[in-house]
Amino acid sequence: MTQIIEATQVPLDGVTTDEIMTVVAARELRDGVVCFVGIGLPSTAANLARLTHAPAAVLIYESGTIGAKPTRPPLSIGDGELAETADAVVSVPEIFSYWLQAGRVDVGFLGAAQVDRFGNINTTVVGDYEHPRVRLPGAGGAPEIAASAKRTFIMLRQTPRTFVEHLDFRTSVGHAEGGDSRARLGMTGAGPQVVITDIGVMRPDATGELVLSALHPGRTVAEAIAATGWPLRVADDLAVTEPPSQAELLVLRALTSRP
Amino acid sequence: MAAFTGLAEAIAGNVRDGDVVALEGFTHLIPYAAGHEIIRQGRRDLTLVRMTPDVLYDQMIGAGCARRLVFSWGGNPGVGSLHRFREAVEHQWPVPLELEEHSHAGMAARYVAGASGLPFGVLRGYVGTDLPAHTSTIAPITCPFTGEVLTAVPALRPDVGIIHAQQADREGNVGLWGIQGVQKEVVLASARSIVTVEEIVDTLDPRVTVTLPSWVVTDIVHVPRGARPSYAHGYYERDNDFYQSWEAISRDRDACTEWLALHVLQAADFAEHLALVDQEAPA
Repeated sequence: MTQIIEATQVPLDGVTTDEIMTVVAARELRDGVVCFVGIGLPSTAANLARLTHAPAAVLIYESGTIGAKPTRPPLSIGDGELAETADAVVSVPEIFSYWLQAGRVDVGFLGAAQVDRFGNINTTVVGDYEHPRVRLPGAGGAPEIAASAKRTFIMLRQTPRTFVEHLDFRTSVGHAEGGDSRARLGMTGAGPQVVITDIGVMRPDATGELVLSALHPGRTVAEAIAATGWPLRVADDLAVTEPPSQAELLVLRALTSRP
Repeated sequence: MAAFTGLAEAIAGNVRDGDVVALEGFTHLIPYAAGHEIIRQGRRDLTLVRMTPDVLYDQMIGAGCARRLVFSWGGNPGVGSLHRFREAVEHQWPVPLELEEHSHAGMAARYVAGASGLPFGVLRGYVGTDLPAHTSTIAPITCPFTGEVLTAVPALRPDVGIIHAQQADREGNVGLWGIQGVQKEVVLASARSIVTVEEIVDTLDPRVTVTLPSWVVTDIVHVPRGARPSYAHGYYERDNDFYQSWEAISRDRDACTEWLALHVLQAADFAEHLALVDQEAPA
């Protein structure tokens, strides 16, 4: 790693919103965690964790690569480097049955197009299902990751169009309708534990409702409320995110600038 | 025993209008050459099956080959939307596209059931989501031993399963390695199968992790770089630049139609297609 850092000269000013989201998300992953990673920002965050404080994190991609150690964020969940660096490469039926469904995944790390106050996710359509305004890619691995990972983390940019009162389609279950409704569905995992956005961090309260628990430096409660489609509650002990350290930013920028 | 044949003959002999056809490949080993030949031969009304319809299915949908799509995730990985897929769903162009929508775990269970000769697969899945309300092939089932309510999904049994692999030996045994997706399951679940390969060898490479014996494969076709712009582990890398360029090509229906005409329909075969795209690739 030292070599990569020295070889990449990047300015530390002008931290982007994606960078702060990614750094904050990475910090949520403990060393040794077994993490089922979605593509995009979750994958970048998981790799940042692996290259900083969590070298023993096990990254699983739905393409069947277990323990992948990519040197750059893969464009797709099936890039060749994932297989080349993995501890094991298994079939897709096996990754979803032996590994995910059987309860061997600690954290499912998901993105979303829409999320509601209970951390339920839509990645299917915007608008009516039969006549959608926007047809999104669909479920992929998310419904079963959300059901069977011991915990799920979600990250997405926060706007009134993404943090909605009512999902257009419930693709993956978070805390369902709140209270014990998730448990009554028979899910083995505990559901969303944190939602990381470009504005701050939300965590569920005892009923499963997402509450603003931290703001990133320079962001305000008013901004967070304005970017949320439901009346967002704010934690009494609202924290301010520790800004990205120089080391975190250097590693992240080295990771994302690799060709 | 598998027959060694040409690609045009393999497609003409196995893929008919109205068939249920699965061209698989989980990012790796996507059978682009075979998909292009289906477009070139003008097949229509196909039910296309695939866990991850990406750019190849976008091309086939844009070319008007498909009537129905059975899938779990339709996007251009890491890039964004599939614009031909979206236009077919949102604006019924060039033809309406019916959807049968699942999750990856559900599709995997369906392929395993098909390969196993079982009527359905079972999983913990879909519960609490809106998918069962829109997809008739998802149903609850009670475990006869524990009483737990699980989810049943019917077996997938395509008329034709098509994959790309690194190698076949001269007896027609197929070998592949790297990300294996559902390559084995789709061949075993399908009534007929076509495997395009990078290379025909005397002895399969020791790196092979999945072997399909000759007698479970219908036709084998030697098509070097037949998975491009996807990749073949050990042979060539994924052409991520092309996946990114597809965003601009596919956004406009006329531009896309023109691209397909020039690069697929007017190309005599996949080798000619490759020569064209190589010529256009940034240095």
